[in-house]
Amino acid sequence: MGEIKVKDKEIVVPGQELATGMDFLPGGAAFREGEKIIASQLGLISVRGKVIRLIPLTGKYVPKVGDIIIGRIIDMNFNGWFVDIGCSYDAALSIRSVQEYVERDDDLTKYYSFNDIVVTKITKITRSKLIDLTTKGPGLMKLVGGNIIEVTPSKVPRVIGKQGSMIDMIKKMTNCRITVGQNGRVWIQGDIKNTLIATKAIRKIERESHTPGLTDKIKELLEKETKK
Amino acid sequence: MTYTKRPDGRKFDEPRKMEAKVGIIKRADGSAMFKMGDTIAIAAVYGPRELHPRFLQNPERGTLRCVYDMLSFSVPDRKRPGPSRRGTEISMVTENSLLSVVNLDQFPNAVVDVFINITQANAGTRCAGINAAVMALADAGIPMRDLVSAISVGKVGDKVVCDLDKDEEDYEEGSTDIPVAIVPRTGEVILLQLDGSIKKEELKEALKMAKKTCDDIYKIQKKALKKAYQEFQNE
Repeated sequence: MGEIKVKDKEIVVPGQELATGMDFLPGGAAFREGEKIIASQLGLISVRGKVIRLIPLTGKYVPKVGDIIIGRIIDMNFNGWFVDIGCSYDAALSIRSVQEYVERDDDLTKYYSFNDIVVTKITKITRSKLIDLTTKGPGLMKLVGGNIIEVTPSKVPRVIGKQGSMIDMIKKMTNCRITVGQNGRVWIQGDIKNTLIATKAIRKIERESHTPGLTDKIKELLEKETKK
Repeated sequence: MTYTKRPDGRKFDEPRKMEAKVGIIKRADGSAMFKMGDTIAIAAVYGPRELHPRFLQNPERGTLRCVYDMLSFSVPDRKRPGPSRRGTEISMVTENSLLSVVNLDQFPNAVVDVFINITQANAGTRCAGINAAVMALADAGIPMRDLVSAISVGKVGDKVVCDLDKDEEDYEEGSTDIPVAIVPRTGEVILLQLDGSIKKEELKEALKMAKKTCDDIYKIQKKALKKAYQEFQNE
């Protein structure tokens, strides 16, 4: 019979022993070494039955197929663009996978130019980490204006909330247009005052992401700030 | 003559006062400071990021690059800035010891850069550097098998001592300095350098001392790492 050495929601460091015994399963950034389950990254523990999951608290965004992310065009060649998506590798956006129809021998800056911000989706990741993107699909587009703030990628689910509850609340109460990318980039468009309020709320979510009753706290903050 | 008293009044197996802090460099992906007595090391980690020039890339796994440098004002006589024979060697041994714990299989063609700067030196800088670097790597979210703790042990006069400072390293009647890095969970020794002379029994005793001190260092590192991420949890 195994034994759990950590509590739920505890912060662990790499190399820390999480549990012993074969009746527990490692998940996330945890791995098995012999009889033991060991943490491989700095992160937060979540115990769900027999599975001990380690959610990393730091580190770069790890791309996944199907993620909708916010990227920046950094380079281009004859058959597409290269996009900085905040992970360890640059992603490729081919002319065949953009929503616009690209004429042959056309100047590609007409469609997407350097430093343009695009909402894209990851369609393919190869073993050698070549990442393919697309802008075909609902909600995928070039973003004009607005501000971008970055949050830790592992906090993105908290910023969005259950079925988008958190982000919907911020959008409604600040009258801002907000897009959250899975890579931790958040685009906010609105007047200066409201943008600042939304930024403040998102920073608070990032800081206090694992405290209970977060939605109420953010609601309180937004109510106080919008009344000023 | 026997060596009876250490210059700063420590016990023979007592390390200097240690302090660790994580997240000191804002624009780095991970950073940390480690202080032992008057020796202060700061480390910054960047990456994983794409490695250029491309011929250096390894398509099987990521690369680790370490740079150790003593800043010109870190020693009483100004150190000529830039890489040196000594700096290159220490960069290499640091890189090799860190390589045995980091796992870069998930980052082919990428590189993780570790920069270690010594802002104040009073012996034991490579150990302080390794201690800081491993915390910075954890702060950057690099997958690792374990942390690493390092300490220098050695022999001053006829006594086996722990954590030598500069005065002891320069002891007139001879001293031997042995930097040791240990993986705390398994007790593996991943760095051991020795030039000087020491008896077999004394070396064994010194290594035992190093293991004990490394366990204490590990606790300090762990506490510093947790503290950096804990603060918003306890509100």
